[in-house]
Amino acid sequence: MSKTVNNSEAKPDDNFIVMSNVNKWFGDFHVLKDINISVGKGEKLVICGPSGSGKSTLIRCINRLETHQKGDIFVDGIELTNDVKHIDQVRRDVGMLFQNFNLFPHMTVLENLTVSPMWIRKMPLKEARELAFHYLERVKIPQLANKYPSQCSGGQQQRVAIARCLCMSPKVMLFDEPTSALDPEMIKEVLDVMIDLANSGMTMICVTHEMGFARTVADRVVFMDEGEIVEENDPESFFNNPQYDRTVFFLSQIISH
Amino acid sequence: MPNHWSAKTPQPSPDLSTGLIGWLRTNLFSSPSNTLLTIVGVAILYVTIPSFISWALINATWFGDSRAVCDEAAANGQTGACWAFINVRMGVFTYGFYPEMERWRINVMVLILAFNLTPILASTIFKNNSRQALLGLLGIALTFFIVGPVGSILMGAYFFLPLAFSTLSKIDTIVAPIGADARAIGFRLLGALLIGGGVYFITHSLISREIAATVGILMSFLMLCLVLIRSLSTMGWRWIMLFSAFPVLCFYMLLGGVLGLPPVETHFWGGLFLTLVVAGTGMATALPIGILLALGRRSELPVIKVVCISFIELVRGVPLVSVLFMASVMFPLFLPENVTFNKLLRALIGIAFFYAAYMAEVIRGGLQGIPKGQYEAAKALGWPYWKMMTVVILPQTLRLVIPGLANNFLSLLKDTTLVAVIGLLDLLGIAKAAMADSEWLGFTKESYVFAAIVFWVLCFAISRYSVHLEKKYHTSYH
Ligand SMILES: Nc1ncnc2c1ncn2[C@@H]1O[C@H](COP(=O)(O)OP(=O)(O)OP(=O)(O)O)[C@@H](O)[C@H]1O
Ligand SMILES: [Mg+2]
Repeated sequence: MSKTVNNSEAKPDDNFIVMSNVNKWFGDFHVLKDINISVGKGEKLVICGPSGSGKSTLIRCINRLETHQKGDIFVDGIELTNDVKHIDQVRRDVGMLFQNFNLFPHMTVLENLTVSPMWIRKMPLKEARELAFHYLERVKIPQLANKYPSQCSGGQQQRVAIARCLCMSPKVMLFDEPTSALDPEMIKEVLDVMIDLANSGMTMICVTHEMGFARTVADRVVFMDEGEIVEENDPESFFNNPQYDRTVFFLSQIISH
Repeated sequence: MPNHWSAKTPQPSPDLSTGLIGWLRTNLFSSPSNTLLTIVGVAILYVTIPSFISWALINATWFGDSRAVCDEAAANGQTGACWAFINVRMGVFTYGFYPEMERWRINVMVLILAFNLTPILASTIFKNNSRQALLGLLGIALTFFIVGPVGSILMGAYFFLPLAFSTLSKIDTIVAPIGADARAIGFRLLGALLIGGGVYFITHSLISREIAATVGILMSFLMLCLVLIRSLSTMGWRWIMLFSAFPVLCFYMLLGGVLGLPPVETHFWGGLFLTLVVAGTGMATALPIGILLALGRRSELPVIKVVCISFIELVRGVPLVSVLFMASVMFPLFLPENVTFNKLLRALIGIAFFYAAYMAEVIRGGLQGIPKGQYEAAKALGWPYWKMMTVVILPQTLRLVIPGLANNFLSLLKDTTLVAVIGLLDLLGIAKAAMADSEWLGFTKESYVFAAIVFWVLCFAISRYSVHLEKKYHTSYH
């Protein structure tokens, strides 16, 4: 297995993330079946599908929170193997947002933002604070800097989590249903931040059921079921002209909901 | 057109408490059986409390230098406690058989420890360095009056070193930016070692040969911390000093034999002093070892996991007394003939590992209470294992397990009395020994009550402090 891909072959600008024939099992359970996806730089990919179809597992493979057993995953030309150095390098480029935010509860919002740049990137305190405030402004909650996560609303926490992620200047961001734990009134404030991010040219992979968001932001929509990619298309065709009955059924379920 | 809706104005909640009578009725006399319990309880208190107070306080004899005072008082019908007995022996109860002329050394170390623990334990009050400096000046003055100039110099040096280090560590050219550059790190390592070496040679040629190596190594260690850890706070430095410089200082000061200090072997140690030495080192070593054991038990490496599990299960399966016996009787059998291992040291090691096993289980419980998401978020941000554990996971874990750890600390403190089985005389041991004094036969009660009071005060302090910590961290993020 080659450690890094030859540039002419991978063309990192077009294919920033490449998954080819990825398979994964939990014990005997085949969660991911022959997944082939490539995501270019600046591209926005939305993944949707019914519960248990393997969406989370798929994106968690990209930063090695889950290990795949067959196939190759390349991020920016670096192959994900058991090599810790490669994993570190990939995690440096890939940020991730979670459904339940996962802020560090024992630190204030500001500390949540500064701790990683300081400990992982060796950034001096002053610089880290400036960076933190820059991104807090961007997600429009600089006034919360000295609050603890438990004192913030869900929407605010998710925006803090986005800012925390941005402080590590990732090249790609993975979103695992970032709004599904939120009340409807808070969903919009998080989606606004995500749209703003998308407009700034960030490469994004979002697992989400927010179809409005998918329509406005996505370059491509991927529909998964039972660990397989059923259909992959641009949002216009995906929503107006789905190719498979499984997709049609899923879309009808979501829209009637 | 839709109707206008507006929320109702909130009403104050009805007041249901009805003063003292209401409180008594709900808490003490709510049912016939409760009433009965209350009456029985009051009766027991009525019988015991006044007679204890009259024995311990009202009819007690407080001062005097021989038993004649107490006998006289007893003859006059004043049948209370004879605290004169304790008074006469206060020195032995506190210092054991440590030579009277050398007791100032213990006093200095206790003062240094007290003044350096204060800012650590009350970190919110002593957050800024000027308050710490004020405390330090107070410490120097107090030490000067109690012990003398040598003590106050030591106090000053030890107290202000962390302040100096934390100021130094903020100077960018010394520490920041460390950079991933291997050469920069190499230069810093070299610099630290050179300074340590310099200190070694100066100490060796000008002050004392015996301590030169240790002082040199200590200095190198502190310098390494200085050049490798970025902008460490004063508190951080106090912790580092507490686990590096303080034990070294204690070793030389308390054991002596260097710098013109007469040696005092550990079999002269005893009393409250010994209790504090055993409990203090026990607490300071058991917790870190316990943390490592807990992490090891959850490790994915099978060898480490098996070693940790077997150790914990083995230790939890035997009583502390037998561990101490093993340490004092069995352990030397495994050593070569001419190697002798201090008895106190063996007891310390035994207690540390015994309690480490218990604390490991408490901490493991806490680790299980940390949501998986915390690990995932940290990993996704690029945190490597050890940094993630020390900065993200363990601080949360330790806050969760404060009550459990406080429990272990309390029982550790009280279990120090078990060192008696291997012939070390801690506070309780000294109290018992005092009863056997032929001049003072018959004052068993006083001895035991005194020891009990001292233990109770220490334990109560730990217990209150743990409650304080719980509240502090509870309000901060729940
Ligand atoms: N650690 C695990 N061990 C065993 N099975 C797992 C594990 N994690 C997930 N699974 C299973 O794998 C399947 C896919 O899970 P995954 O979380 O990827 O689904 P999902 O598409 O994200 O669903 P949802 O929309 O509910 O989040 C599910 O059937 C789940 O039960
Ligand atoms: Mg999911």
